[in-house]
Amino acid sequence: MSAIPTWLNLELTYRCPLHCAFCYNPIDYTQHSEELSTDAWRSVLRQARELGAVQLGLSGGEPLQRDDLEDIVAEARSLGYYVNLITSGVGLNETRIAALKRAGLDHIQLSFQDSTQSLNDFVSSTRSFELKLRMARLIKQHDYPMVMNVVLHRLNIDHVGDILAMAEALAADHLELANTQYYGWAFQNREQLLPSHEQVARAEQAVTEFRARNSRLKVYFVVPDYHATRPKRCVNGWGTTFLNIAPDGLALPCHEARMLPGLNFPNVRDHELGWIWRESDAFNRYRGTAWMKEPCRSCPEREKDLGGCRCQAYLLTGDATSADPVCELSPHHSLVTEAVRAVTSKRSLPLSPMSFRNDENSRRLVFPERQG
Amino acid sequence: MSEPRAPLRHDVPLLLHRHFRFQWEPSQECHVLLYPEGMVKLLGGSAEIMKRIDGKTTLSELIAALETAFPGVELRDEVLEFAEIAHAKGWITPGAE
Repeated sequence: MSAIPTWLNLELTYRCPLHCAFCYNPIDYTQHSEELSTDAWRSVLRQARELGAVQLGLSGGEPLQRDDLEDIVAEARSLGYYVNLITSGVGLNETRIAALKRAGLDHIQLSFQDSTQSLNDFVSSTRSFELKLRMARLIKQHDYPMVMNVVLHRLNIDHVGDILAMAEALAADHLELANTQYYGWAFQNREQLLPSHEQVARAEQAVTEFRARNSRLKVYFVVPDYHATRPKRCVNGWGTTFLNIAPDGLALPCHEARMLPGLNFPNVRDHELGWIWRESDAFNRYRGTAWMKEPCRSCPEREKDLGGCRCQAYLLTGDATSADPVCELSPHHSLVTEAVRAVTSKRSLPLSPMSFRNDENSRRLVFPERQG
Repeated sequence: MSEPRAPLRHDVPLLLHRHFRFQWEPSQECHVLLYPEGMVKLLGGSAEIMKRIDGKTTLSELIAALETAFPGVELRDEVLEFAEIAHAKGWITPGAE
């Protein structure tokens, strides 16, 4: 059977009231601000459902910035999708949460940046912590299953015990402790965000202890790439499972792929989704193993990890067909181990400022010559 | 989906937990169970069991119905094993519609 994009993710907008320093949106998001219309999103939903998509993520940016979110949810539910809203909670209120329920929304994933107000508000560069607590209670009052998502990094990973307690107190059904992946804004801020091996090991231990005394709350914690010796399949393999549509209609095999050079990603404004998924050069470029070079090509583990992440390979080595440098068999593995060693040897936080994700920084990073 | 669970009884109706959805997927040619950010394929026997979890049928009645639908097949142990797993995972709960 050929591959089915069972997981469809719609990035409805890049607009976001938060300015998280680890945001996975592209650095140049200000250059792609022309969003698809409601009808265009409806058409994407219908076409993808025909291809077999069934799990739907509505994300962004902040999807609640779209005032047609309720219409998009209703269309999705009527087509048979399981509809997941992936939100910061900013923009949610009694009226909208009830309307989303009526429209058929199945689940809400709510992000927190920390268990403390001060760090949550610092890392997101907004005052959002108290609001998020209120939204968590609202989500449970309206009987949604709730996944709490916390992106972990050097500044908050030592709070994992408190984050677990917070998730328990707010009656989350699942907690995703998502270690920062170093692309986009997070790559810009890697020096400030990358934790040490010891921090990761302590966090893992805290999770293990929590699981031993609480089996009710499901906790996801995956060892982060930079602290591993083998890469992971990226989105379960390029063009195998995951289909992402960016706000401007660009179809991508993962959130980050827009940055890869030499790939002409198709847009849903110009092409049918079936052609995009099955036939387009971009979706076939890194499918399977034929594109590989050594050491991946002859590696006995090549089918298991499919060479890891193309974006990470490109960001770190300048060549998207390299082995993911996370792999200790990669000739570039020292790029990863050196980055971790550098932060581990530092006793205090680095002095260079964080580049928060906002429009000004986006333009500055894309057009550095235009700034004074 | 996360309340503490009482032991599974055979004489009360079973219901799919409201946070899960069970449906036929033509492109995968199987039934699936959907939940937050995840999906499991339910093939053959397990799909036949899930189809009969409707908030009216008890576990005892469900076994009888399957033995009628598939005569000559010893199903009881398989059904009980699946029901225990589904109950432990929070997919099914005791309760009427």
